[in-house]
Amino acid sequence: MTIKLFTLLMQAALYTLGISIVSIVIGFAIAILLSAAMLSGKGIYIAPARLFISFFRGVPLLVQLLLIYTLLPVIGINVPSIVAAIIGLSLCTAAYQAENLRGGFDAVPKGLVEAADVTGFNPRQTFFRIRVPIALRLTFPALVNEAIMILKSSSLVSVVGIIELTKMAQDLSSSTYLPIPIFASAGAIYLVINWAIALVAGRVERSLPKVTA
Amino acid sequence: MSLPAIAIHSLVKRFGETTVLQDIDLEIPEGKVSCLIGPSGSGKSTLLRCLAFLEEPTSGMITIKGEALGFFENAGGKRERLPPAQIRTVRSKTGMVFQQFNLWPHMTALGNVAEALKTVRKVPKAEAEARAMAQLKKVGLENRAGHYPSQLSGGQQQRVAIARALALEPKIMLFDEPTSALDPELTGEVLNVMRDLAAEGMTMVVVTHEIGFAATVGQQISFLDHGRLLFSGPPTEIFAKPRHPRLDQFLDTYLDRGASMLA
Repeated sequence: MTIKLFTLLMQAALYTLGISIVSIVIGFAIAILLSAAMLSGKGIYIAPARLFISFFRGVPLLVQLLLIYTLLPVIGINVPSIVAAIIGLSLCTAAYQAENLRGGFDAVPKGLVEAADVTGFNPRQTFFRIRVPIALRLTFPALVNEAIMILKSSSLVSVVGIIELTKMAQDLSSSTYLPIPIFASAGAIYLVINWAIALVAGRVERSLPKVTA
Repeated sequence: MSLPAIAIHSLVKRFGETTVLQDIDLEIPEGKVSCLIGPSGSGKSTLLRCLAFLEEPTSGMITIKGEALGFFENAGGKRERLPPAQIRTVRSKTGMVFQQFNLWPHMTALGNVAEALKTVRKVPKAEAEARAMAQLKKVGLENRAGHYPSQLSGGQQQRVAIARALALEPKIMLFDEPTSALDPELTGEVLNVMRDLAAEGMTMVVVTHEIGFAATVGQQISFLDHGRLLFSGPPTEIFAKPRHPRLDQFLDTYLDRGASMLA
């Protein structure tokens, strides 16, 4: 196990981190739209959102990635494999995050919304000033959990030809015949990244005002 | 006779098959403290929530300072719903204080009081905060302005909630059992703030189990039982003996809650 091998692993880890962060952010934006659809009370929005969520929660991510990767060129969309990977991860995490957010919105105490109603807020003001900030704080731990899950799941995007941390480790181990130190290092890198995420998230969480009784 | 602050005509409220309020007629006089008392499930909180338009009456009319709340009767005598902006305008004449305080937990005490001024009234931030601070001072909490609700006692939270309602300068304050969620030793500080408010001539409608408060501060006492308004009048009349037997029976169960002075 040389410095050079470790440097290669670290470079691949940047891919892992980059793909994961971009996917979490895009997934979050889609999740807000999905949860808004689920909470709209209108069947025309709820039905497609439900369909989306049940598909992306119900089909293994590996299958989703392979499907997106092979389907896109067939329907005439030619994108680099990294884009296909990000699309796959984003859609998958969107489904999970949407369910988290919906739970958060449902858990906003009714009285807090009534307090906004009686002080003259219109529905849009109540949504953005009261419901969203409280729902986000309530779902923050679940969001962090999901971020960690996606970071680990990103190892699957190697199937569409991305050389991220896991794939790099596999390639290096077969070329150097040093599987144990290489895989141990890869595991340690995942662990350190996730530990850092949990540490920062914990700090952020403690700095936010308590929103539960 | 000046216009009543609130006039309630033939108000009925049903939840499905259950009739919660039956033909309520009541006028809340301007500048007076009006207390709604009665056993649990008598409909007094629902009546107050109708006045805040948190519940929509099944039938009947409510006017706030002469303006129809939520619904109006058109030329043909049919009840029609008013547009949301109009409802908000009429609603803005009232401020409401809840049993569970309902402070927004992600905002400081000052933030809670300033929020509607900024968001609804579009008052610039600095001015909104100065006005909010003045309200906090009024309830004796200016030194807690930067605290979040979770860092305040129940009594302090309720005083912030009162300040929040007052910040919008309502003409009428509605209180829904404002001390019921508080430890007994914390009720005093909230009742004192309410007494000060009453002394300033604020029109107040108070749903309360604090019979002592109702008897000493209330100027109109209304007794509800099973969704009906049994009687309404000045406390000297209502609490004087001989009392209505249903009220006597009710007071017996409240002797330990400040009503013993009336025994």
